[in-house]
Amino acid sequence: MHISEGILSAPVLITGVSLTATAVGYGLKKMDYKQMPKVAILSSVFFVASLIHVPLGPSSVHLILNGVTGVLLGWSAFPAILVALALQGVLFQFGGITTLGVNTFNMALPAIICFYLFNRGVRSENNFIVLILAFVCGFLAVLLSGVMVAAALVFTGEPFIQAAKLVIIAHLPVMILEGVLTAFCIGFLRKVRPEILNV
Amino acid sequence: MIKEKFSEGDSFFHKLDPRVKIIVALFFSVIVAVTDKYTSLSGGLLFAVGAVAVARLRTKEIVSRLLVVNSFIFFLWLMLPFTFPGKNIYTLGSLNISQEGIKYAFLITIKSNSIILAGIALLSTSSIFNLVHALRHLHFPDKLTQLFFFTYRYTQTIHSEYIRLNNAIKIRGFKARTNFHTYRTYAYLVGMMLVRSYDRSKRVYNAMLCRGFKGKFWTLNHFVFKKSELITGIMMISYIIGLVLLP
Repeated sequence: MHISEGILSAPVLITGVSLTATAVGYGLKKMDYKQMPKVAILSSVFFVASLIHVPLGPSSVHLILNGVTGVLLGWSAFPAILVALALQGVLFQFGGITTLGVNTFNMALPAIICFYLFNRGVRSENNFIVLILAFVCGFLAVLLSGVMVAAALVFTGEPFIQAAKLVIIAHLPVMILEGVLTAFCIGFLRKVRPEILNV
Repeated sequence: MIKEKFSEGDSFFHKLDPRVKIIVALFFSVIVAVTDKYTSLSGGLLFAVGAVAVARLRTKEIVSRLLVVNSFIFFLWLMLPFTFPGKNIYTLGSLNISQEGIKYAFLITIKSNSIILAGIALLSTSSIFNLVHALRHLHFPDKLTQLFFFTYRYTQTIHSEYIRLNNAIKIRGFKARTNFHTYRTYAYLVGMMLVRSYDRSKRVYNAMLCRGFKGKFWTLNHFVFKKSELITGIMMISYIIGLVLLP
């Protein structure tokens, strides 16, 4: 869900950079060196997940997993996602320097929102509640990212309204898929290694 | 193994100090992203194409990267000419194609490709380690650059872990389709990646503590800033400033 270089207007780009810089700064301040390996691991998993293509009907989509990243990391999700996107930019040219701020914000803010909404819930005792909440978490994270990408396009100019609508509609199946995957993934971690779920 | 495909070579850009390259790339991208003048943008495209030529990279690889970028731009071409208000130049059924819309889509295409090409020539010709090292010298926050080092390192191990797990499920006859079984399998695969790398990261961190890690990375090979590199940097920046001043 990257926005390519050269599309967004200067005010949108600057807003993205300043919001991301502030949030990354806060995230780094809250993260101590002891947490560094865990944050780096999740940042790399976020990166590698984007290389995993899962079939969806006639086509295939890559995993996003910003919901899981948010729930497992809290505010550290901001620096983690920034680093992962920067690596994607340098290694594969997905996104570039000027859009890094906007793209990070579009991915990481939903992660933080999911952290506040589901942080307690996915650690509940009841298996069924956990699965439902994890599904909503994965679904919502992609939905919010889609809405933010759409908003960035619309703030750039009215003619992008059609493109913005299309972005959200195209991501509807992805939302469901991410919800299902997030539910299974959180369920797996609960069974196999519950301590990873503790922030 | 995730390869840094463009980082190997001995061209002018491969040898240039990464600090200079980062500053020029940043400056170039920002200027091109916010400019709407054709003259400036053609000069920018010329700079980007020239830089890629000087970097002597494999054309096939560059074309394949550009195809990915332009596939998104292609969707904008399908929409912008119809939604952009302006002088109507052609009517297709009930849809009007506006001149301004085509111009705008064209502008975006040039900008996007210029920035990507310049990024390939300037940034991807350095290894990630050198780039992050340069960011440290440019006074980026210490924690952020360390996170970069760790993440890049783990990316390689997690990716090979993914390939291993993926081979394992394939050997057991797994075929990816659109069904719950597939999604559960992939979710467990990601979960397993998390579990294994989580354990590994704990071992690595403890090993680092044993060797006296106190939250600081020491760099052994420092960059030596040559006068010629400073001049190269200034020349490139002046060219970019020149682009803005063009009528």
